[in-house]
Amino acid sequence: MKSSVITFPGSNCDRDMDVALKKFGFRNKMVWHNDVELPKNDLVVLPGGFSYGDYLRCGSMASKSKIMKSVINFANSGGMVLGICNGFQILVETGLVPGVLLRNKYLEFICKNVFVKINNKKNTFFKNIDEDILELHIAHNEGNYFCTNDQLNEIQDNEQIAISYCSKDGKIEDQFNPNGSIKNIAGIFNKEKNVLGMMPHPERMIDQSLSGEDGSLFFKNLINNIK
Amino acid sequence: MIVNEKVAIDHGLKKDEYKKICELLKRTPNITELGIFSAMWNEHCSYKSSRLHLKKLPTKGKQVIQGPGENAGVIDIGDNDAIVFKIESHNHPSFIEPYQGAATGVGGIMRDVFTMGARPIANLNSIHFGSPQHKKTKNLLRGVVHGIGGYGNCMGIPTIAGQTSFDSSYNGNILVNAMTLGLVKKDKIFYSKAAGLNKPVIYVGSKTGRDGIHGASMASASFDEKIEEKKPTVQVGDPFTEKLLLEACLELMSGDSIIAIQDMGAAGLTSSSIEMASKGNLGIEINLNAVPTRETNMTPYEIMLSESQERMLIVLESGKEEEAKKIFDKWNLDFAVIGKTTKSKKIELIFNNQKVANIPVNTLVENSPMYDRKWKKAKLPKKNKIKREDINNLKIIEVLKKILSNPNVCSKEWIWQQYDHTVMGDTIQKPGGDSGVVRVHGTTKAVAASVDSSAVYCWAHPLTGGKQVVCESFRNLISVGAKPIAITNCLNFGSPENEENMGEFVECVHGIGEASDYLKFPIVSGNVSFYNQTKNIGIKPTPAIGGVGLIKDYQKMITMDLKDIDNIVLVIGKTEGHIDQSIFARNILDEKNGPPPEINLFNEKNNGETILKLIDAGFIKSAHDVSLGGIITSITKMCIKGNKGINLKKPKYLISEIEYFFAEDQGRYLIEITKKDYKKVADILNKNAVHFDELGTINENQLYIDEKTKVTIDELKSSNTNWLIDYMSN
Repeated sequence: MKSSVITFPGSNCDRDMDVALKKFGFRNKMVWHNDVELPKNDLVVLPGGFSYGDYLRCGSMASKSKIMKSVINFANSGGMVLGICNGFQILVETGLVPGVLLRNKYLEFICKNVFVKINNKKNTFFKNIDEDILELHIAHNEGNYFCTNDQLNEIQDNEQIAISYCSKDGKIEDQFNPNGSIKNIAGIFNKEKNVLGMMPHPERMIDQSLSGEDGSLFFKNLINNIK
Repeated sequence: MIVNEKVAIDHGLKKDEYKKICELLKRTPNITELGIFSAMWNEHCSYKSSRLHLKKLPTKGKQVIQGPGENAGVIDIGDNDAIVFKIESHNHPSFIEPYQGAATGVGGIMRDVFTMGARPIANLNSIHFGSPQHKKTKNLLRGVVHGIGGYGNCMGIPTIAGQTSFDSSYNGNILVNAMTLGLVKKDKIFYSKAAGLNKPVIYVGSKTGRDGIHGASMASASFDEKIEEKKPTVQVGDPFTEKLLLEACLELMSGDSIIAIQDMGAAGLTSSSIEMASKGNLGIEINLNAVPTRETNMTPYEIMLSESQERMLIVLESGKEEEAKKIFDKWNLDFAVIGKTTKSKKIELIFNNQKVANIPVNTLVENSPMYDRKWKKAKLPKKNKIKREDINNLKIIEVLKKILSNPNVCSKEWIWQQYDHTVMGDTIQKPGGDSGVVRVHGTTKAVAASVDSSAVYCWAHPLTGGKQVVCESFRNLISVGAKPIAITNCLNFGSPENEENMGEFVECVHGIGEASDYLKFPIVSGNVSFYNQTKNIGIKPTPAIGGVGLIKDYQKMITMDLKDIDNIVLVIGKTEGHIDQSIFARNILDEKNGPPPEINLFNEKNNGETILKLIDAGFIKSAHDVSLGGIITSITKMCIKGNKGINLKKPKYLISEIEYFFAEDQGRYLIEITKKDYKKVADILNKNAVHFDELGTINENQLYIDEKTKVTIDELKSSNTNWLIDYMSN
């Protein structure tokens, strides 16, 4: 399986993602934001970080960089695209997934483990994961997902809410919402479910010595299901 | 502008220093030259009050590749890997403008590390604030934490450990010390020594603006009521540009075109160019019109003294300019050839085709002033007035809860949750433990780091305090299973012109040196911050020690959370019941007199090394050193982390239960072992002449002494976690 990780100026989880993808069997290439063409791919990943310093609006400058035209075309033709953290913010700015990401409710950067519930397994990203709840890691300042009521109805109708913050045993309640996201949303699909944007970092949870191992489940499933 | 004695004094120079400048130049300096002298000769850059004493510190060791004098220290961790590390203060700017002050402190120290070719792999910090009741404390704390996070998070370097304290002596002078560790291949370390004639001198990074002019001079003066006017001397940080600069520099460093490289830190272009010239015994000629500037009409004086951030100076091999420029173009950074190395041994500055400065390099460096300041030996601590009866009537659980919620003991999770501590995917021990630990990427090795200070002990008896901080750092590394290798120090003190403050400095440094020498724990880098005082009142002496150690097999790393019910906890090291200067004496009994606990270096070394043996043999399940708040506070923290309880018992000593549980005797650890290993462990401890007591047996969820003295761990946990959260949300 082939994958690409895009490096924008200010990306800082690009190496971590490269390590994770390779660990689970992807042949990964790093792609520079100024390139025009994507290599032949089964998966494109927009990594976490602070692309362009996040000085304008998180992800907005990166969403206009040269390579993104190819990424958008790739997504629109059914290619698998994954955006983590800043990558999610970039996806939102391109319009590939709906909604926006606001500053965290308590106005502070949060770095900690969280539990998320997988809401929809009828897609390549989560299809054969046995667990319903994953322990993942978040590290962000702007992960407070927001959208209009119409959008919310639409994404609910289309089962686009991929994962939601929850308790250890899966309760989706306010007290388990780290950043104020509407409906505890932690990750969103596009309508076709080939594009996923999410705040948690599965690439930081890929071995026993780290904060946890549930990220491995995500990558193992991904490589097994991508055709 | 005409230069005279008054202008020199306004630049922070003393009368006789100005006289010396005129003698050295054999003429009156012009304003640009005066600015350069004032920047190079201030305390921050010249170490004029401290050099004499710092020379006595042990700086060599088998694993030391580079000691003090470079951008950072370097140690060997085997397999051609080396760790570059240093701690630095950014106290004055952080008090004036907490966000930018702290942010640029973090940015500056990271630059010091990647200047040497190392990719930063971990950040730490030691931050100290005034009394929680003081009106400025909350905003300063919030600003500093946001600033540290804002910069480090954006750079994508995990912040893995730190220390926060509150004390009214910091009311008018907070301390912000930032430390960075970087990883480099031993044969790819870069230094700041220029070499070769007519080599191009290259400027890369951000453009030069008018920010931070005289920052280093500001940091070398005391504060008064006009402090707000100093805001323009604080630099403004841009972590995004620094991230680009990091990647661009490392890309350039992977080739062989760099002769020397130096970041522009304190005193900007001035100190970086002069240091490179001085180390290479060369001259440097700079055309100031070629320096990329952010603002129009900047004068030579402003260009030379700006402390704009995220800039580097490089001496390149001739003919490599184009190749190098391509890399910086790719990262959208300025790249300019601004001068060349010369044989003149002078700093020569050209502006609009005129020579605007012409100074022999040695006058700025070797001839810079060095003072043997007068100092007073610290008085012996007064005897305390603690009455035994008062102590023995106290209820242990009540006291314990108070101590757990004390600002200096309570959980700092509110702070470190705002720092990205997991980016780079190698953090195997996050903040809140004895040391932060990161793996050496792609190997079985891991590096542990801790930062410590004990201002109260240093204040009560500087010599003992100085020793204690080094020992505490040693213990924190041992507790996670790391072999201590070397330290970096950040020496935060009041005015060197005050004999008492200078005495504190001299004696603390003496203590640090003695402990570091005995423990074979050399000092490889550091920084001195004097003048931490407002209106002639100095802070408590606060040397901060950053220790670094190596874990050869990261699978053997130890954490402090209790692991299994029915396991036994041992106290390693003898408990004499030293209460003076403990958090118990100072905060529960309100008794501030008395000496700090004594340091026995033999026991420190012996206990620590024996613990490492036990860890290596696989006997230790969890470990924690005993520090603030004594045995009971330490075991409670282990209980909270592991979500377990403990049945405690006091051995039959002559001291009371309270003394046993709350005393802060040094050189002690708590270790968890299984019952079945007890005999073997006891044998090893006895054979190595290490004193130990049995502290208790792990239970499900209760801290239990007797039927009247028990409490659930959940209750203790809320005492420990709530204080800071409540404080910051009110």
